[in-house]
Amino acid sequence: MKHNSRQPRNKDTTGFSERSQAYLQVHAHALFSSLGRLVRNTFTSVMTIIVMAITISLASGFYLLVANMQQLTAGIESSNQISLFLKSNVSDNAGNKLAAQLKQNQHIAKVVLISKERAMREFKAYSGFGDALDVLEVNPLPTVIQILPKDTLSELQAVENLMQELKQLPEVDFAQLDMQWVKRLQSMMQILQRGVLLLTILLGFAVLVITGNTIRLELQNRRDEVLVAKLVGATYSFIQRPFLYTGFWLGFLSGLVAWLLVTVILLILQNPIEELSALYDGAFALSYFRLIDIVGLLALSSLLSVMGAWIVLHFQLQQIKPR
Amino acid sequence: MLKFDHVSKRYPDAGDALLNVSFHLKQGEMAFLTGHSGAGKSTLLKIIAMMELCSRGSVLLDGQNLNKVTEKQIPYVRRKLGLIFQDNKLLYDRTIFDNVALPLIVSGYGYQEIKRRVRAALDKVGLLGKEKKYPLTLSGGEQQRVGIARAVINKPRLILADEPTGNLDPELSAEVMHLFEQFQKVGVTVLIASHDVDLLSQMGHRILTLDHGQLKAS
Repeated sequence: MKHNSRQPRNKDTTGFSERSQAYLQVHAHALFSSLGRLVRNTFTSVMTIIVMAITISLASGFYLLVANMQQLTAGIESSNQISLFLKSNVSDNAGNKLAAQLKQNQHIAKVVLISKERAMREFKAYSGFGDALDVLEVNPLPTVIQILPKDTLSELQAVENLMQELKQLPEVDFAQLDMQWVKRLQSMMQILQRGVLLLTILLGFAVLVITGNTIRLELQNRRDEVLVAKLVGATYSFIQRPFLYTGFWLGFLSGLVAWLLVTVILLILQNPIEELSALYDGAFALSYFRLIDIVGLLALSSLLSVMGAWIVLHFQLQQIKPR
Repeated sequence: MLKFDHVSKRYPDAGDALLNVSFHLKQGEMAFLTGHSGAGKSTLLKIIAMMELCSRGSVLLDGQNLNKVTEKQIPYVRRKLGLIFQDNKLLYDRTIFDNVALPLIVSGYGYQEIKRRVRAALDKVGLLGKEKKYPLTLSGGEQQRVGIARAVINKPRLILADEPTGNLDPELSAEVMHLFEQFQKVGVTVLIASHDVDLLSQMGHRILTLDHGQLKAS
């Protein structure tokens, strides 16, 4: 007889299909009985799930915030255009001539002239000052020429050299490299992203510890059961299985509640954000969790929770020995 | 089937619990283990059930040296045993069915097989029809028989019982002992620790007597 055979002893009466079926039954039983146990211990389960859900919703909420901000800055990220503000005494006509001249420059891909009138129209439309600007007798806005350098000038230094060159033109009042503030915004976004990542790691660790502690208490409550199971020949993996499933359910349900929490918060914020967005150009649409985000959120929270359970079981289960 | 070869067990703070114990139980043999309290009966059973390791000597169970069994193999050794305790060690929040089925569940049997065997085992101990009850609704004697049903359901090669009649009146005790005899008759080896000398001597089986950790010649 094989001493460490994993199969039931009477192999001749138990076929392979029955054994694999039994294996699935054991898993299904552990899956649903651990859920049933959570439901029966309603108060404890709800408390744990709320704490975990708040933790997870903080992390996922910040993630969504960054995603929304990225959407806001996405349009300008690629831009490294130069704006030339012409002197106020330069007529639109002279501006047109200059623009045509600049088009010949080998480093320039695109030239757009924004006349004083067009600048005024756009400013009226987007600034929110509207009719108030009609009071002005003279249009104070300068003619602007927007220049998009060729892609060959990928280096910031080369673009800056071009800008210095353009600055010397007699018609130009001053030149501004848009890339500089884009760069500043980008680096701010990077700090924010990194901050959110660190926060997520920290909160993920919290989820791990919360599940671990819940499982530790559960293990204490079911100490007798573990002892008897060990005495009748249960393996380590058999005993830890229901606890791991408990961890899974805690993580999964917390993830679900966290998703609902964040969605409700966004729904509450939607109106004010839309109003704010309308005051600008209205191009901003609040983005919610996509399907892939939800799947990722649930997978991550379940995984962290199972890991927390696993770590605790690894250290505590061996200490429970029949004496 | 079970062979103790110069086995000693020393506890760091309590001294020798077993000293130089040697005996041999053949397949299908039934024996009683007796002695004053603290003589080492429980320690001897715990060594067989792998709840303790002996300090010296060797224990052979079904040809396997228990000193060489790794932590991972312990469950598979225990599946060959049917353990019965004075305090039953039943799970009070589970039905009789679930309690008795436990050894089969942990061994990975299918539900149909489990159902069939649980009924057979409960029938054997005279508790058929009580599957859905909870242990606390049964009498002490019935609870002990649930424990016995759980111990035999895995068709063990060796039944170990630690004071199985400790909490029972003489009539129930005799009943339980006769139950063990029935298992012995179908080839199971049975070792019962008990201090109920009157009952044991009536039954006419081999008696191993421990005295301060040493086996007295019988």
